[in-house]
Amino acid sequence: MSATGLGASVRRKEDLRFITGRGQYTDDINRPGQAYAYFLRSPHAHAEIKSLDTKAARKADGVLAVLTGDDIAADKVGGLICGWMIHSKDGSPMKAGAHPALAQGKVRYVGDHVAVVIAETLAQARDASEKIKVDYKVLPAVVDMNDAVKKGAPVIHDVSDNNTVYNWHLGDKAATDAAFAKAKHVTKLDLVNNRLVPNAMEPRAAVGDYEPGTESFTLYTTSQNPHVARLVLSAFIGIAPEHKLRVIAPDVGGGFGSKIFIYAEETVCVWAAKKVGRPVKWTADRSEAFLSDAHGRDHLTHAELALDEKGKMIGLRVNTKANLGAYLSTFSSSVPTYLYAPLLSGQYDIPAIYAEVDGIYTNTAPVDAYRGAGRPEATFVVERLVEIAARETGADPAQFRLKNFIRTFPHQTPVIMAYDVGNYQAALEKALEMADYRNIGKRKAASAREGKLRGIGFSAYIEACGIAPSAAVGSLGAGVGLWESAEVRVNPIGTVEVLTGSHSHGQGHETTFAQLVSDRLGIPIDNVSIVHGDTDKVQMGMGTYGSRSGAVGMSAIFKALDKVIAKGKKVAAYCLEAAADDIDFKDGKFSVKGTDKEIDFGSVALQAYIAHKFSGQDLEPGLKEGAFWDPTNFTFPAGVHICELEIDPETGTTRIDHWTAVDDFGRVINPMIVEGQVHGGIGQGVGQALCEGAHYDKSGQLVTASFNDYCMPRADDLPSYNVGMTQTPCPSNPLGIKGCGEAGAIAAPPAVINAITDAVGHENVAMPATPLAVWRAAQKAVMKKAAE
Amino acid sequence: MPKVSMTVNGKEVSGNIDSRTLLVQFLRDTLRLTGTHVGCDTSQCGCCVVHVDGKALKSCTVLALTLEGANVTTIEGLATDGKLHPMQEAFRENHALQCGFCTPGMIMTSVDIVNRKGNKLDEQTIRHELEGNLCRCTGYHNIVKAVAAGAEAMAK
Repeated sequence: MSATGLGASVRRKEDLRFITGRGQYTDDINRPGQAYAYFLRSPHAHAEIKSLDTKAARKADGVLAVLTGDDIAADKVGGLICGWMIHSKDGSPMKAGAHPALAQGKVRYVGDHVAVVIAETLAQARDASEKIKVDYKVLPAVVDMNDAVKKGAPVIHDVSDNNTVYNWHLGDKAATDAAFAKAKHVTKLDLVNNRLVPNAMEPRAAVGDYEPGTESFTLYTTSQNPHVARLVLSAFIGIAPEHKLRVIAPDVGGGFGSKIFIYAEETVCVWAAKKVGRPVKWTADRSEAFLSDAHGRDHLTHAELALDEKGKMIGLRVNTKANLGAYLSTFSSSVPTYLYAPLLSGQYDIPAIYAEVDGIYTNTAPVDAYRGAGRPEATFVVERLVEIAARETGADPAQFRLKNFIRTFPHQTPVIMAYDVGNYQAALEKALEMADYRNIGKRKAASAREGKLRGIGFSAYIEACGIAPSAAVGSLGAGVGLWESAEVRVNPIGTVEVLTGSHSHGQGHETTFAQLVSDRLGIPIDNVSIVHGDTDKVQMGMGTYGSRSGAVGMSAIFKALDKVIAKGKKVAAYCLEAAADDIDFKDGKFSVKGTDKEIDFGSVALQAYIAHKFSGQDLEPGLKEGAFWDPTNFTFPAGVHICELEIDPETGTTRIDHWTAVDDFGRVINPMIVEGQVHGGIGQGVGQALCEGAHYDKSGQLVTASFNDYCMPRADDLPSYNVGMTQTPCPSNPLGIKGCGEAGAIAAPPAVINAITDAVGHENVAMPATPLAVWRAAQKAVMKKAAE
Repeated sequence: MPKVSMTVNGKEVSGNIDSRTLLVQFLRDTLRLTGTHVGCDTSQCGCCVVHVDGKALKSCTVLALTLEGANVTTIEGLATDGKLHPMQEAFRENHALQCGFCTPGMIMTSVDIVNRKGNKLDEQTIRHELEGNLCRCTGYHNIVKAVAAGAEAMAK
């Protein structure tokens, strides 16, 4: 392994600009003559707009335009879309209510977009927005899913009279019922998967620009998938045809799913740029982000696990209500269905599974993918059930898992997925060793002597990444294919630019992708640059989410590099006066088999362009190749996380003492970056478990709408992490990569809650397990012990 | 509009600004020093930390007009003579950043921690001192390592 090749912890190429303040985030971009947009948002969760008077605002200082839903309608700007069709059990299509970029007659959540003011300065736009007179007829709002489906509940969209988007199911109900009928033991559990606000540190932003001379638009935006944004803005919203719309997602300050979606604000900015004849900039302040970024999770679930007399799992039954908010965001429909239920088999051999999911409208912000997207929700269900089942049957939680693990591969689960490869017991055994599980009893006793409660919790997670085989997701309702593209441009002096449809917003692609190129072409890593995030440079791509950039994006680069090497061999053959079939390529040198004749990669590149050694009829000049990679299967990263914590029963304070993570991501390109992804994922997962939670009051006001009110995990809330790995290379892509971006966020919440419930004596503690919630549970444990 | 003058990264600068202008807006919008970021509107996130007269300050908490004559250092001014500050080097070496958005504030805060607390920092101290800076990517693990390493490097 070279110092910069595959498997090396190469320091990141992108860091220089970030540590010196030279990053270029969307809000750092200023266009000549730029004006500023400010959105007037609904203060009500549910209301009719009786009238909207913008006269005074239009006359205010510096105002260029005040635009409303009427202007959107007059210009035939299409509504925002949901790109994944889900069908209910009865075969009927999901009930998708219209989602205009600016409200038309009705607002459906606090923060919904009523009007936009465009002015010379942001302060002027904000001041003028206060002069807009809106006459609202306030309607009853519903924020609770159970209330939303009751008869007589306020109807949010006319297309669904019971606020239900779909009643979906997966699996074999009859087989599952039969398994439960013969079960020796059934573990039952009601769970809330708490609603989260993604909170990437960079708030969303957009700059729309229109060039009348070429009738073309440019949109700078905080996107994880600029090509998907362009496709939607062109094909569905109708801003401009794709060749007249350039979307640039420059440096993006974190996404975690929330920047996948095509939102109202960027739609309005790019549309308004033409309307006012000026570039239009909008940057969310954090309060706006809380109100209008798509939120995550928010499930109510009842689940049951059936065991036979030997403690083997024989059936799993899950019923989930998923809050989809007031409108269907871009991929929202898929998250609690196909990204959720197919993972309910976890790492276990469960012969029968049946899941029912109801997608529900409420008067809250739209809910969509957030780090893990469906898979953390599935893992929380499975790993909480498994832990409790072990306790109920008197089994050690580690041994109970080992007994039920899938041992042979490939393994077809009863819920779509065919796991290709894995070694679950290896990860668990390694984690037990790293966590010093055998001495947990001693540590618990030591804590008890101090008047503290110590607990240990397991989470053996699995996820489906490398999203996804296009035909397969198409058959499940996806509106797009989920391949990835790459183009490798070799310059005449042998330096290389790689254009990728993946998008880096913290993942370090500029380094890992360059490692691949450097390794395969045998050229210095500094001679490679990675180009992404600009639809004028990269032809097409599907972007970055679902831990897909390594498994899918790098596979496309791998394939394009194959083509470059094949073409290089042909050029080298002319240079070395040999047959192309006789040319080998290794360590940056083309050589003739069995001879010492060789030529280096840079020289071949130059010869490809000066084209003196071959005729244009025999071989095209140049060295540039592209490829699309469409995966043949999902990838299945899996692992075991163990959380050990100590609770002070007097204060309810939870302190995580040891975190052990053993993950199988298949082949690892840059361990430093992969470990960083694991750390960050655990941080978010622990945040969900211990402190984060978005809360709407009954009237639909978001009462956790700032960092003062929504508890983000801070440095002293989190532990250091002990990260280990096992490896079973993925067979379905050339590099054997499975993906690592979401693992921590998927694994962590059940590990924390399992540990807390272990510490306090098996009480069910809901997330977020705040000090108050833990104190209550701990006091019960203390009192129970005193009573004994 | 009133005028304000101050020294930013060693240069005399001035601007006529709306009296509502915060220091961070003056830096970003007037001076186009966009390395200082805005991650919230409640002075919680720390993305906007700069040094004013040698001390860390959230630049969203102060009106630019109140800093007449002040000496301000932003992330762009931390490296001197083309050489990275040891704390910048430590962040890169320890992979203490992913998306990079919180990084300028984190680095400016970290330098300030060392100025106040010295070059030998234990994990607990670092975690406590970083309370005013949010990071969503790293889980803080590598930031804590970087601050400890950067603190030691600053002694040299």
